[in-house]
Amino acid sequence: MAQVVLSQINKFYDGAVHAVKDVNLDIRDREFMVFVGPSGCGKTTTLRMIAGLEEISSGDIRIGTQRVNDLAPMDRDIAMVFQNYALYPHMSVFDNMAFGLKMRKFEKDEIRKRVQDAAEILGIQDLLKRKPRQLSGGQRQRVALGRAIVRHPQVFLFDEPLSNLDAKLRVQMRVELKKLHQRLGTTAIYVTHDQVEAMTLGDRVVVMKDGLVQQVGEPLELYNAPATRFVAGFIGSPAMNFAAVTVTERDGGLRLVNEGLDIAAPPHAADRLRACLGREVTLGIRPEDLRIATAADPADFAFDALVEVVEKLGSEILLDLKVGRGAMVAAVEPTVRAVYGDRLRIALNPDRLHFFDAQTDATI
Amino acid sequence: MIEGAAWRRWVYFRLPLGFLVLWLLFPFYWMLITAVRPDGELYRPWNATNYTPFWTTNPTWAHVEYLFEETIFGTWMWNTMVIALASTAISLVCGVLAGYALSRLKFPFAGSLGTGIFITYLVPQTLLFIPLAEIIRNYRLGDTPWALILTYPTFLIPFCTWLMMGYFKAIPKELEECARIDGAARWQAMLYIVIPVALPGILSAGIFAFTLSWNEFIYALVFLSSPEQKTVPVGVVSELIRGDVFFWGPLMAGALLGSIPVAIVYSFFVEHYVAGLTGSVKG
Repeated sequence: MAQVVLSQINKFYDGAVHAVKDVNLDIRDREFMVFVGPSGCGKTTTLRMIAGLEEISSGDIRIGTQRVNDLAPMDRDIAMVFQNYALYPHMSVFDNMAFGLKMRKFEKDEIRKRVQDAAEILGIQDLLKRKPRQLSGGQRQRVALGRAIVRHPQVFLFDEPLSNLDAKLRVQMRVELKKLHQRLGTTAIYVTHDQVEAMTLGDRVVVMKDGLVQQVGEPLELYNAPATRFVAGFIGSPAMNFAAVTVTERDGGLRLVNEGLDIAAPPHAADRLRACLGREVTLGIRPEDLRIATAADPADFAFDALVEVVEKLGSEILLDLKVGRGAMVAAVEPTVRAVYGDRLRIALNPDRLHFFDAQTDATI
Repeated sequence: MIEGAAWRRWVYFRLPLGFLVLWLLFPFYWMLITAVRPDGELYRPWNATNYTPFWTTNPTWAHVEYLFEETIFGTWMWNTMVIALASTAISLVCGVLAGYALSRLKFPFAGSLGTGIFITYLVPQTLLFIPLAEIIRNYRLGDTPWALILTYPTFLIPFCTWLMMGYFKAIPKELEECARIDGAARWQAMLYIVIPVALPGILSAGIFAFTLSWNEFIYALVFLSSPEQKTVPVGVVSELIRGDVFFWGPLMAGALLGSIPVAIVYSFFVEHYVAGLTGSVKG
């Protein structure tokens, strides 16, 4: 078990494409760290550099106290689980799991014991004699995990290990992965493009975009205090609503105005917004912070909207709304009766508004 | 599949297929029937009343006996076998290693090198045997099996390399990466993971190489001269065609016996062979 430290990591492909830009990360011992971002954001490249499968263009990677830049993958004491499982098709499940131990010249008895232990943890004792092609997707995934845990490595690396599974199995394996990590306590680095996986699995989450780290933080920190508009839009489902508004002053108070909105600046952000007076900023609000307005709601924090689509999910209803020329999604109580074409008065929670600079997309 | 009435299936599928099968198998039938036909029937004029070109009523082993008693057919078979196996082995080792390197290792000009190797395969043997004869003479290899064991790889290695390149590309590279993380050095990952997975491809390349060298004619004709060094295709032709006299019976018996090893090799590995050509790796 060990911490993993990345300092000033860069990756260039063919000297031209800058895939990973100045990444600095301090992954703590026993931590479950998730890299999340859209495809091509550099998360997998970063993971592969930690694994030793890609050259590091510049910067240092340390595992424990050792600088590993120049070490071969086999000498880094890591284990990796791949998206397509990468099980050796000509070997039985037992041999698949034992391969790493055999390569490291472990005693036969020790190999058998470790494979048995791992198989027990994962519930695949009955499959040890089978070949990979005789296994279902979920079983293959377990074997791939087993192959990683028999080695008792310092760090686990996961490269989108659940994306080949169907939706239901994915949720189930997600929980098992989390339990496995709690049981083994090995430092884990997990790459995914699925923000739900990132939020549920990660002790901390790294959000990446275009090779840059956008934000590092605990899941709720990312959710409640996103550092950039990108993080705000990426984390959370349904995604945060954005609206371009102009900061103006009226009757001594700050107002946020566009064609469909005219609301007061919330007290918690008033000072920061005053610096943007007369300029355009991006207002962000999560669907669950919108609700149908009642007579008691102050007019300063409400607006009119036209219902375009009603999505009934059971536990809640998603209303796709037209607000001025923009669109918003509101997650409302399942008891709300709204149909296409309704005009509704929507109230927003003033304490939960986010503001982003229209040019830099950074949080104001 | 042809759908609809039964006659459609007959007209568009079964009859054309039957015709094609007959067309393809007829030369083999002709070889077989000629090999067992007694000389009396073989040289009967076409307008004789009892002329029966497509069957025989009294088959004989006389031609096969002639082959083994009057010629050194056994020696030719042995020579061909040794030469084909040795050149196949050399070509497979080189082809597998080169194919792996060209498909997996990133080095400058890997792509153009691959194309270059393919182009050498396109140079016709009828052109290449002239300079090769010079080399064989300089190294004093003429009239020895080495003349063929060392020249057959000139066309077998490019062929095997190309086949293996395609096959290695179809194997997910994660398999190898996983092995390398698991503690295998690059050569161990190749030996324990990539090569066993590529076995169907290696077998197909081997079968092809074996067949090509078994049937090879022109190098064997040019580089070997004494009868006891010859291979089956050359031996049969040079000993059983004397001037304008064709010993059709023994010729066809030789062709028949000569094709048996190839047939055995094919039927033995046919499943792997098909898997190799379709390049299927089941994960």
